[in-house]
Amino acid sequence: MASYSTNEIKNGAKLLIDGEPCTVVNNEFVKPGKGQAFNRIKVKFYRSGRILEKTYKSGDSIEVADVMELDMEYSYTDGEFWHFMKTDGSFEQLGADANAIAEAKDWLKEQEVYTIVLFNGAILSVTPPNFIELQVTQTDPGVKGDTAQGGSKPATLATGAVVNVPLFIEEGEFLRIDTRSREYVSRAKQ
Amino acid sequence: MNWQPTATRSALQHRQTVLRRVREYFYHQHVLEVETPLLMDQPVSDPFISSLKTNSGFLHTSPEYAMKRLLAAGYGDCWQYCKVFRGDERGQKHLPEFSMLEWYRVGFDLPMLIAEVIDLIRTAAQCHVAAVQRTYEQWFALATNGLNPHSATLAELQSLASEWIDVSDLDRNACLDILMTHVVEPSFDPAVISVVTDYPASQAALAVRSKDWQGHEVAQRFEVYWQGLELANGYLELTDADEQRARFEHDNEVRQQYQLPTVALDEKLLAAMAHGLPRSAGVALGFDRLLMAMLQASDIDQVVAFANR
Repeated sequence: MASYSTNEIKNGAKLLIDGEPCTVVNNEFVKPGKGQAFNRIKVKFYRSGRILEKTYKSGDSIEVADVMELDMEYSYTDGEFWHFMKTDGSFEQLGADANAIAEAKDWLKEQEVYTIVLFNGAILSVTPPNFIELQVTQTDPGVKGDTAQGGSKPATLATGAVVNVPLFIEEGEFLRIDTRSREYVSRAKQ
Repeated sequence: MNWQPTATRSALQHRQTVLRRVREYFYHQHVLEVETPLLMDQPVSDPFISSLKTNSGFLHTSPEYAMKRLLAAGYGDCWQYCKVFRGDERGQKHLPEFSMLEWYRVGFDLPMLIAEVIDLIRTAAQCHVAAVQRTYEQWFALATNGLNPHSATLAELQSLASEWIDVSDLDRNACLDILMTHVVEPSFDPAVISVVTDYPASQAALAVRSKDWQGHEVAQRFEVYWQGLELANGYLELTDADEQRARFEHDNEVRQQYQLPTVALDEKLLAAMAHGLPRSAGVALGFDRLLMAMLQASDIDQVVAFANR
């Protein structure tokens, strides 16, 4: 197993701690003038999102996690797995399970490109693009005259996500949505 | 290619001003400014300080031994501002090459030297910073809910330290270091100068050992913290050459336990001590860190012209 010495661990390094993959948020060298040297390493776990701080003796080694981030295009789902294709021209496909897809479930659109984290070659997580354009499949008609007050109403999008949109939005329109805040940004051209 | 300085011009101006204040301070106190060689015949014995080797010797990690030889020769109070070198030390508060202010006062006891360190910091900062002094034991008790660092068992220390680190192969001093850096240091008020006295005897380095009022063996050693930074480390200096030789030999035993290379003893220092080192107190203060504290800099790189990563 490959490993890093605590002295060479930079922010963003991928480590395996207690069998779980994580990324390094901070590595602080700590040493009392006459005492022993330690590294206080703060990591964020990919799966749980939990932040953990752990101290190691300076020079100790920590196992490297086989974690890779890459862009992949969403293709289709067979109900059990969600299939993504590499964008490097290899057309290689990989399936993500329901856990891996959780964060992106509301924003899955065919041919859209997602940030994929691979752990030991399998998809660990799927992050949607910050902005995505989706069609409105259902929304009640807005009441005329209400637009000046800037009111909003719920609208269901093609992915099943429900977001609040201005009253003037009609079914069949394409909208630009911020996936982080789940907020309507603007109308979009198809 | 990133060739730019890491400190602003204004930070370097502060350096110049502070050094000038320090130089004037010692001039008025009639303390002799000295320069001793950066190249040493042998590496330092401290198990956890790594000397850098060159083709002509080892770069010094502190001017301590040479300055003590000046004391033994009867040259009296002396101070020095110099670069020192320590391998493998790099972080936001550490550089492998940093600037140290070190001075020795003949006839001083520790309270006198502590008062002078605080006075010097106030003079350098041109500001009357408050100071609080407690023993190592008192600081530990306050920060850890009553743990006594002298009488606690290894198991008790390990149990506390295990919140942060795998303690299975940590000895007593390693546990104390972890608790000092992770629990005690964060309990210091950054705005106040915090002084720690009466270190455990096992962390005496080159300080005289004595018994405290409860009969625990402690070191006549102190440290000074300010703005979350360990600024200075001082001793009532060991003067007994035989005891000094025993400390060197003990350092080598610890080095063997940690599978570190053993080092040759500094016979010149031992000979000087055999000749007679006057009773004195000495202290080393990290000059870059003093500037960090004054300028509230979060990274040591911000107070040196070039900090190579």
